[in-house]
Amino acid sequence: MRARVLIRPKAGILDPQGVAVQRALPALGFDGVSDVRVGRMVELEIEDPSQLDEMCRKLLANPLVEDYEIELLDAASA
Amino acid sequence: MTVIGVITFPGACDDYDALRAAAKVADVKQLWHADTDLDGVDAVVVPGGFSYGDYLRPGAIARFSPIMQAVSEFAAAGGPVLGICNGFQVLCEAGLLPGALLPNTGLRFVCRQVELEVVRTDTPFTSTCEVGERLSIPAKHGSGRYVGEVPADQVVLRYAPGHNFNGSQDDIAGVCNEGRNVLGLMPHPEHAVDVLVGGSADGLKLFEGMARVAAV
Repeated sequence: MRARVLIRPKAGILDPQGVAVQRALPALGFDGVSDVRVGRMVELEIEDPSQLDEMCRKLLANPLVEDYEIELLDAASA
Repeated sequence: MTVIGVITFPGACDDYDALRAAAKVADVKQLWHADTDLDGVDAVVVPGGFSYGDYLRPGAIARFSPIMQAVSEFAAAGGPVLGICNGFQVLCEAGLLPGALLPNTGLRFVCRQVELEVVRTDTPFTSTCEVGERLSIPAKHGSGRYVGEVPADQVVLRYAPGHNFNGSQDDIAGVCNEGRNVLGLMPHPEHAVDVLVGGSADGLKLFEGMARVAAV
């Protein structure tokens, strides 16, 4: 099964990348943007998706400072 | 004589300076990331660099190295462990130290001399220092912003006023574990052991402290 894990800085943790992106947008004429957060995405093929949560806690994310979200992409066809 | 072991990970770059610094105060042994034991050393240094290319997050992959299991057991038994820069990141990822190290607020890799203030002297490493003493030590990293819930008595080193260039919470530069035998810091004491090339030999104090306690 194909799965996608979205990882982002926890609320309250300063995200300097997000701040830099937010500052750059008005320079290009994109106004009205706030609260930009930059995270990362991991896509993977996995036989047993029930392992994903533990995988996130142990390696893919650092739960002290990051939140993660798991999406199963082809659940319908599996 | 006391033996200090220094772990070499693929991508480590400060292991030889750490060996050289340790050799000023003890016998040394180079340890390899794929080893499963510590070869009987009395203290361990997890050195700086970019273990496993810093892929995913600094330290995230290195903490699963075979040797890290041995380091965890050694630390749990009270053995002194010093994590420097990437080594600090590895020890945090491994859960041996509280908190995490995030990209510097300025998003740049910074290399400069920093002044540290010794907050606690009740760890092996800082037992050679005085509370409030300043240490002049180089720092060089891109991800050194300390964030974490850490009890006040585990904050061992702080950046002196004006020296917190990475945005660390409460100017924290170094923390220890509850047992006080594991210390991590972002600046590099192993680069400040020789006045001729380091501009300061303040870093040697941490190695002297570690060797003294390990010898007991």
